[in-house]
Amino acid sequence: MDIVVLVKQVPDSGSERSLDPADNTVARGSADNVVNEIDEYAIEEALLLKEAHGGEVTVLTVGPESAADAIRKALSMGADKAVHVVDGAIHGACAPQTSAILAAALQQLSFDIVLCGAESTDGQLAVMPALLAERLNLPLLSGARKLTVEGGMARVERQTDGGYWALEAPLPAIVSTWDTINEPRYPSFKGIMAAKKKPVTKLSLADLGIDPATVGLAMATSQVLEFAGRPPKGAGVKVTDEGDGASKLVDFLAGQKIV
Amino acid sequence: MAEVLVLVELNPTGEGVRKTTLEALTAARALGEPAAVVVGGPGSAAAATAQLAEYGAAKVYVAESEEVEQFLVAPKAEVLAQLVSDKQPAAVVIPSSPEGKEIAGRLAIKTGSGFLTDVTEIAGDGTATQVAFAGATIVHSKVTVGTPIYTVRGNSVTPEPAPGAAEEEQVAVQLSDAARATRVVDRVVEQKSSRPELTEASIVVSGGRGVASAENFSLIEGLADSLGAAVGASRAAVDSGYYPHTFQVGQTGKTVSPQLYIAVGISGAIQHRAGMQTSKTIVAVNKDPEAPIFELADFGVVGDLNTVVPQATEAITARRG
Repeated sequence: MDIVVLVKQVPDSGSERSLDPADNTVARGSADNVVNEIDEYAIEEALLLKEAHGGEVTVLTVGPESAADAIRKALSMGADKAVHVVDGAIHGACAPQTSAILAAALQQLSFDIVLCGAESTDGQLAVMPALLAERLNLPLLSGARKLTVEGGMARVERQTDGGYWALEAPLPAIVSTWDTINEPRYPSFKGIMAAKKKPVTKLSLADLGIDPATVGLAMATSQVLEFAGRPPKGAGVKVTDEGDGASKLVDFLAGQKIV
Repeated sequence: MAEVLVLVELNPTGEGVRKTTLEALTAARALGEPAAVVVGGPGSAAAATAQLAEYGAAKVYVAESEEVEQFLVAPKAEVLAQLVSDKQPAAVVIPSSPEGKEIAGRLAIKTGSGFLTDVTEIAGDGTATQVAFAGATIVHSKVTVGTPIYTVRGNSVTPEPAPGAAEEEQVAVQLSDAARATRVVDRVVEQKSSRPELTEASIVVSGGRGVASAENFSLIEGLADSLGAAVGASRAAVDSGYYPHTFQVGQTGKTVSPQLYIAVGISGAIQHRAGMQTSKTIVAVNKDPEAPIFELADFGVVGDLNTVVPQATEAITARRG
C-alpha cells in the first residue's frame, strides 16, 4: 500500500509567533520552525499502515527551503522518500492556491491513501483536506481518531462532540487525523542517520505545470488588510486564599452579575 | 437588498437550530438580507423555520433528502454551490464547526471563491475580523475573488432577534457521484451529558493537571453544575487520563470564547491559552502564585483547589438557592 503523507512546517506554537509587517504573511524567517504537531500523528499512522500492509511512505510538503528540516524529521521517523515543492513564487499563497499546488504534486505520485493532519497550528483553517478532496475528486474521511484499511476500503471513526461517526469509502482516499489516533514515535538514532540518505525530490511550479504568475500573494483569494497585537488585558485582581478565597471569588462573580 | 446565504446547523436533538446558526444569521445582516439554507433529511426544516424567522431570515431554502444524511459533508457543499450559481448571493455565511469549515473549503473550490474561517465579526464592506496565533493577534481580512465565504466562530457574535418573513422555497437535491463518496455508516454518542456544549456554553469550568486525578474531576463538575456551565480540561489533564479528550480546550482541542472561563489547577501554557484566551472574563484558581494563567485572569485565587472549589460551589448554590 503506497501512502503519501502531507507535512507542513509551522512556527512553533509554544513560542512567540507573528505576522510580517512587510506583507502581512506569517513570519517564518524569524520563527522557531517545527513540523506541525498534528502532522506527526499522520506520519505515525502512515508508518503503522506500511508496517501492516507493506508499501512505501512518501512525504509531501510545500514550503520554503527551510521546510527541508520538517522533511528530515518525517524521514527520520521512518518515511521512505520525500517530495518538496519549493518556489519563490509560492510566497504568500492562500489556501486554495496551496491546494492546487499540492493537488498537482499528488497527481504525479502513486498512492492508495493520502494522510494529513486535520489542521495546522499556524493558520488553523482546517480546510486543506477538503480542498484537496474537491480538487482531486477523491473521497475524504476527515477528523479520524481511528483508521482501518482492508479490502480496498478505508474505515474511520470521525471524532465528534461526545462520540464519533463511523465513515467508510473506497480507496484511493484522503484521511485527515486528530491527535487522538495514535502516539507518534520518536526518531531513533538509526532513523536519523538513515534519513540523511533517503531521496528528496525538489519540484518547482514549472515542474508541476503551474504558471508562477497565477500563484502567490498578489493573486491570493483573500487578503490580510491589517493586523495588530491584541490589546493587553488590564491587570486582574489576585488574592491568596486564607479561608476566604472562595467567598471573594463568589463576590467577584456576583459583581459581574454572573451569580 | 442583496441576499446572503446562511447555512443552518440543525440541533442534533431535533429541536430547532444550534445557537451558532443564530450567530451566523446575526453576522450576515451586515452584508445583506439573510436567506437561511436548510440541508437535511425529509422534514428537518419544519422544526427550524420559526426560529429562523425570529432571527431575520427573509427566505428559507429547503433542501431535504434522505441521501443528505447518508454521506459526509459533500452533499451540503453541493447544494450551496447550486444556490450560489442560481441566486448570485452577495456572500455565504456558515457556522465555524469542523463540518462548517469543510463545507466552506469545498464551496470555495466549486465556486472559484475566496473564504475566511473563524471570523469574529463581519463589517458592511465585507471586511472580517479574525483572531490569530492563540488570540495574540487580531487580523482584518477581505476576500478578493468570487462570492465571499465566511465561517463564524462560535460565541463571538451575540445573536440578536430581527423579524424575517422566512418564506420557504424548496430546492431539489440532485447529488453527484462525488458527493456520495464517503458514507456515514453510524453516528455514535458515547458521552451523554446534560451540560451545555463546550463551544456554545456561556460559562466553562476547566480542570488541569492540578486536579490530580480522574475522581477529583467531580469537583470541577460540581462547580460547573452550580453555574450551569460546560466542563473542559487542559491537555495535561487529558493526557494524564483524568478526563476524556472530547473536552480538551486548547491548541489541539476546542477553542472556546465564553462569557466566563474558570481555569482550575491549570498553569496556563500557550497550548491551553490558545483555546480560551478570548473568553470575556477569566477566573483562575491555582496553588502556584507564579502560574502564567494569572497573567490572563481578571480574578485569581492563589490557593488549594481542593478547599477553594467546594467552598465556591457551596456558596454559589446557596446564592442561587
